[in-house]
Amino acid sequence: MHKILIVGEHDGKNLNPATAKCVHCAAGISGGEITIVVLGADTAAVAGQAAAIAGVKSVLRVDRPENQHPLAAIFAPQLVALATDFTHIFGPSTSFGKDLMPRVAALLGVPQVSDLMAVEGSHRFKRPTYAGNAIVTVEAEPARKLVATVRVASFEAAKGGGSATVESKSLSVALPSHTRYIGAKTGSTDRPDLQTAKRVVSGGRALGSAENFKLLFSFADKIGAAVGASRAAVDAGYAPNEMQVGQTGKIISPDIYIAIGISGAIQHLTGIKDARTIVAINKDGEAPIFEVADVGLVGDLFQIVPEFERLVGG
Amino acid sequence: MQKIMVCIKRVVDYNVRIRVKPDGTGVMLDGVKMSINPFDEIALEEALRIKERGTNIEVVAVSIGVTDTQQQLRTALAMGADRAILVQTDAAVEPLTAAQIFLALAKKENPDLIFLGKQAIDDDANQTGQMLAAIWDRPQATYASKVEIAAGKASVTREIDAGLETIEVDLPAVVTVDLRLNEPRYVKLPDIMKAKKKPLDVTSLDALGVSAGVLLKVIKTEPPPQRQKGVMVKDVAELVDVLKKKGLI
Ligand SMILES: Cc1cc2nc3c(=O)[nH]c(=O)nc-3n(C[C@H](O)[C@H](O)[C@H](O)COP(=O)(O)OP(=O)(O)OC[C@H]3O[C@@H](n4cnc5c(N)ncnc54)[C@H](O)[C@@H]3O)c2cc1C
Repeated sequence: MHKILIVGEHDGKNLNPATAKCVHCAAGISGGEITIVVLGADTAAVAGQAAAIAGVKSVLRVDRPENQHPLAAIFAPQLVALATDFTHIFGPSTSFGKDLMPRVAALLGVPQVSDLMAVEGSHRFKRPTYAGNAIVTVEAEPARKLVATVRVASFEAAKGGGSATVESKSLSVALPSHTRYIGAKTGSTDRPDLQTAKRVVSGGRALGSAENFKLLFSFADKIGAAVGASRAAVDAGYAPNEMQVGQTGKIISPDIYIAIGISGAIQHLTGIKDARTIVAINKDGEAPIFEVADVGLVGDLFQIVPEFERLVGG
Repeated sequence: MQKIMVCIKRVVDYNVRIRVKPDGTGVMLDGVKMSINPFDEIALEEALRIKERGTNIEVVAVSIGVTDTQQQLRTALAMGADRAILVQTDAAVEPLTAAQIFLALAKKENPDLIFLGKQAIDDDANQTGQMLAAIWDRPQATYASKVEIAAGKASVTREIDAGLETIEVDLPAVVTVDLRLNEPRYVKLPDIMKAKKKPLDVTSLDALGVSAGVLLKVIKTEPPPQRQKGVMVKDVAELVDVLKKKGLI
């Protein structure tokens, strides 16, 4: 039997939806038994949320003050201690999981499958390479534990309605003091979260300034969308880094992605390939974005966007 | 701070359009332009800036790969690294093996800081730095967009999904870098000439006592599913119409 441990991501209050997507992925391994572990200073609330995900057998809580912030050097040895009972250890392919899981894998002396996008068997998976331009099928040795990060854009969230058991674990693991959390600067916003939004409006270099990006915010608010950006727009300071979409930003899968003044470089496209519908607005009819767009409109964004906003309102 | 080690990977240049071989055994690499992984170039640039701000700091560029990887190490020397080491192998090296190789080098070199790119743009694995930190039993600071060194510590601002996070790590430490950390310098012709005289040592996996096993077997490589070609609309009214019909807005 396969025993799969999923490392739950949370901010102390809310379980990140990426966790339920990992559960969906893990459920694809037949004969698997799924456990979620949450580490934190006080995980009562998030453990409850994890227990409600359908298909989860049990939830482990590892509460200690050192777990207040998700530092890989602190979490990894605890996960290694827990790993004894499991055949697979999965985390989300978010900045949290990407930072943490390879440290766990290396301490266990096993390889990691990054960005797992499809389950082909208990030890056979698909993953993207070359910015999504070459998909490889890899197979791991079943005798070894397997660590993976799950490409969350490839999986729907598992449904709710589950009732897993919740158990508190106390681990006697010595933790290093060489890594300390200092602080964070996070964009607080009332807009939908970019990674889980059904609708995303995204702007590129063509916006020309942070001031002009307000055009997109206004439009996005009108249709209840999250706002994304190309690397060029982030590098130029028009938008904060957490809005970057692409190979080195966020990989997203909204129902509709509206790319505005974005040329469509491969590094950008790899972040939006899973969008159900891609709309492109660009003044250059030859822009590569039109090769992947389901609906394209050639023209000046500064005329189109305000009109678009007006017409969807009616 | 005396020594910084920078790990560099030779990869297909980011401008090359990747094509999968029809027989599914990999991607076409014949005659394709190869470069330093863009993230590693940023890693090297950061090491050089720290070197230039300090005194007597040595920057050692290291790589693993085929003989021709010397080209990328020569570029690193031209950018300003003091010397280079190539661990020469024709084998495909997985991230865990790469980490073991870099650990063997770290044990010889005793650097205060090891910089790597956060991921290589060929396998997109995003693992080697974290794995190296783990088996070296040292701190890791990944996805750095700002690095400040003072009194045996590094304060590192990291790009995370929610925004920016700052952590402090004791040195020695492993730092993996993100795109916005800096803009790498261009190499000038005189630097290329000078680089020819800088030391570039070649060593082997055997000499380092590491074996390159296959941990993850690649069964096949295939192109991604293609998206259907879409429709062009003539104006905003038509665009809104199409989207409403699809039930999207
Ligand atoms: C290692 C690496 C990683 C990268 N990772 C990412 C990533 O994660 N995400 C990402 O996005 N990029 C990434 N890039 C960068 C990528 O290669 C492109 O440079 C970038 O996506 C370009 O952004 P852009 O489309 O906004 O800008 P540009 O390519 O400059 O395109 C601007 C577009 O706007 C159009 N335009 C101009 N004015 C108007 C107007 N008034 N109305 C309508 N259209 C207009 C132009 O026709 C053009 O098509 C990466 C690059 C590297 C090397």
